Amino acid sequence: MRTIKTNVGVAVAALLAVAGAARGGDLKDLHFGEALYYAHQGQYLEALERLDAELGQHHDLDEPELDTLHFHIGEAEFSVGDFELNYRMHHRAGRAIKAVLESNVDEAIRNEAAFRLARIHFQKDQLDEALRALDRISGRIPAGIEDEIEFLRANVYLASGRPGDAVGVLKTLQGADGLTGFAEYNLGIALLQDKRSQDAVDQLNRAGQVKVRDDASKAIRDKSNLILGDLLFESNDFDRAQLSFDRVRLDGPYSNQALLRAGWAAMSAEQYDRAVVPWSVLVDRDVTDGAVQEALLALPYAYGKLNVHGRSALMYGRALETFRNERERVDASIESIRDGKFLKALVREEIRQDKDWVIRLRDLPDSPETYYLTALMASHDFQTALQNYLDLEDVRRKLETWQGSFAAFEDVIAKRRANYEPLLPEVDAKFRELDSQIRLRQEQRTNIEKRLQGMLTMPRPDYLATADERIVRERLNAIESALKTQEGPAIEALQQRAERLNGVLTWNLRTQYHERFTAAYRHLEELNADIARMTTQYQSFVRARQAAVHGYTGYDTAITRLRRRVDDELARVARVMARQGNVLEIVAITELGLRRDRLESYESQARYAVADSYDRATRAQADEGVQQ
Amino acid sequence: MRIGLYLLARYPWLSLSRIFSVTQRTTNMRKISWTLSFSTLGALWFSVSCADDSYRAQMKGLDEQVQEIKSDVLSIDAELRRLEEKLLYPSNTHVALFIALAKDDSLRVDAVQIQIDGKLAAHYIYSFKELEALQKGGVQRIYTGNLPTGSHRLDVSVIGKLDGGKDYAQTQSFALDKGIEPKLLGITLAGPASGKSIAVSDW
Repeated sequence: MRTIKTNVGVAVAALLAVAGAARGGDLKDLHFGEALYYAHQGQYLEALERLDAELGQHHDLDEPELDTLHFHIGEAEFSVGDFELNYRMHHRAGRAIKAVLESNVDEAIRNEAAFRLARIHFQKDQLDEALRALDRISGRIPAGIEDEIEFLRANVYLASGRPGDAVGVLKTLQGADGLTGFAEYNLGIALLQDKRSQDAVDQLNRAGQVKVRDDASKAIRDKSNLILGDLLFESNDFDRAQLSFDRVRLDGPYSNQALLRAGWAAMSAEQYDRAVVPWSVLVDRDVTDGAVQEALLALPYAYGKLNVHGRSALMYGRALETFRNERERVDASIESIRDGKFLKALVREEIRQDKDWVIRLRDLPDSPETYYLTALMASHDFQTALQNYLDLEDVRRKLETWQGSFAAFEDVIAKRRANYEPLLPEVDAKFRELDSQIRLRQEQRTNIEKRLQGMLTMPRPDYLATADERIVRERLNAIESALKTQEGPAIEALQQRAERLNGVLTWNLRTQYHERFTAAYRHLEELNADIARMTTQYQSFVRARQAAVHGYTGYDTAITRLRRRVDDELARVARVMARQGNVLEIVAITELGLRRDRLESYESQARYAVADSYDRATRAQADEGVQQ
Repeated sequence: MRIGLYLLARYPWLSLSRIFSVTQRTTNMRKISWTLSFSTLGALWFSVSCADDSYRAQMKGLDEQVQEIKSDVLSIDAELRRLEEKLLYPSNTHVALFIALAKDDSLRVDAVQIQIDGKLAAHYIYSFKELEALQKGGVQRIYTGNLPTGSHRLDVSVIGKLDGGKDYAQTQSFALDKGIEPKLLGITLAGPASGKSIAVSDW
């Protein structure tokens, strides 16, 4: 019983998680959006892979407030807990939400974290911890969860055996948005637990007539009517019990039960003809359902009470045949499970793509192992074992894919190495040549800049001479030196000529100094631009070379480590899967064994009843003959 | 409290199946109890739990181990992702394209095709579930690849249906400038009513 509640809680958590994530508003972080994309499809492992990585990177940043995830960090921290919960990782989910609760966050966020933590504790049946978490809620509560908090509190009270407290809370939730039908029903149950039977009947009567639209609320309304009918039946108020059962929808999940009980209520009121009506509907439904099987015996029983013994005998005969067939099917199912076919059928990929895969699976031809699967799903033990088995199968496939990818990685690395390594010596030689040229030019530029800076305080026109002027000046100096060693009037004239020419040179340099200085600065700036371009190319070359080398070096250790981890994990998965599969088979066989026992018992009852009915029919015919 | 037991006294030969144990605690304290599956329905009637305590203990132990395996797998996945990104999509050439739907837009996207520099990069046909995930605010990574630095052309084509069931098709071209840092581009799709049916932006 406890386990069913746990199951239910997970369902609620799943719905809240997705709904919560969808309320995200304008998305600022693509990776968070990507995680939501998978979560909205129920692929929580994929969602977790992405969100875990994104959160890890965010927390490693020196300035996380500059990261786009910063805009969603509160929601992301909650979502990771929700995803973990939906992926049935309760331990990690609890830790994730506790981390939020204990961090320095806004009051509203802390309250929501406390609520979520309480929900996890409740699902794990840790009721005291759940209450403690709920007690931590104070101050500002995020809009939309106030009623959820109180509803959870009431549930914890109920589960803790404090129905009186639950009644107090649930009374305040009557008519609350989003809880219509549920709050009413739970109040009825709380009153019943509090031994206030009449109040409970009145409340369930109200819960059974609430106006609702969605399927879930309609189903809880059906359940209210079902329980109310049982209560009225117990107090021998058969007419009202029938009315209550009649309010249950014929196409809802409680329809079979309601039809069965309506029949029994009529029988108890000795209205045998009225009992025939619901049971006649029921016997034509899915024969694997327990209520249908019971109706197969109950209907001829009612006909017997109506003294229609011939019909009754025929129907008992039909029931007997059905029970025999079903027992054989259950036997075949058990046998098939023992042969290991059940586990193989469960992991068939093409089946699991369908959301109604359980239903489709049972319709597979020649697969007796899956015929009673829907009935097995009623057991929480089976469901848990099945879900774990399926999760392990997913993980196994993922690990196998990863195992294969290492060879592809190594192939990529080998190809890159084969491509780049022969090219690198030549590239490096050219690079070194280029590098020395660049360094030389940079040095020259630095010298020119220093010289120009110096000329700002101490003008040096000779530094601004052109190359031709420098050559002319050197030739003139050489001529003058040569003339000094000679004498004569012609020599003197030549010396004067040389001096004049030198004077012209000096004149030009001095009078054009400012223009030349400005031009020199302009040329320096042009040189700077050229050097900047050259430096960019240089850096780009360095990066390209680094990227080429990084493309095939430094991966060996990581790949070896990962390969070992994947191999170890695969071995572990295989071990746990074998044990989980074994448990699954045992649970399935045990459950089917119970089914089989019941069918066997029905069969013997039907066999006896057939004979009895034929006797009665014969006697009745004989009596009629005597009277005539 | 076993409401079903009344039949045991009244019809002992029929009542073997009536042990359905409808207790207040278990029948329904929680909202949406049957949305998980049809199991709760069955549980009401057929809740005879057959696994004994030793199985329960074994199952609990297994459940813990399964949780540990999942945790390890997530850790391996994170490491593998880092390796994969470094090896296959170096940051200087890394380009990733994401698809999102405009908020509150009623466009029903059937397929998206993306070309980079005239070459097909991605062609994706959406299932109902995927479309629903996009409509709820999810973002789909449609392409991850490598592009050299520089200018490129991005052609995005969308086909789908409008609110009234009318067919809708749209193609637009965009400039894609790839620098030395990784490039993440968000492509937001909307119907004609929004004025900007395909919008591309850096994220």
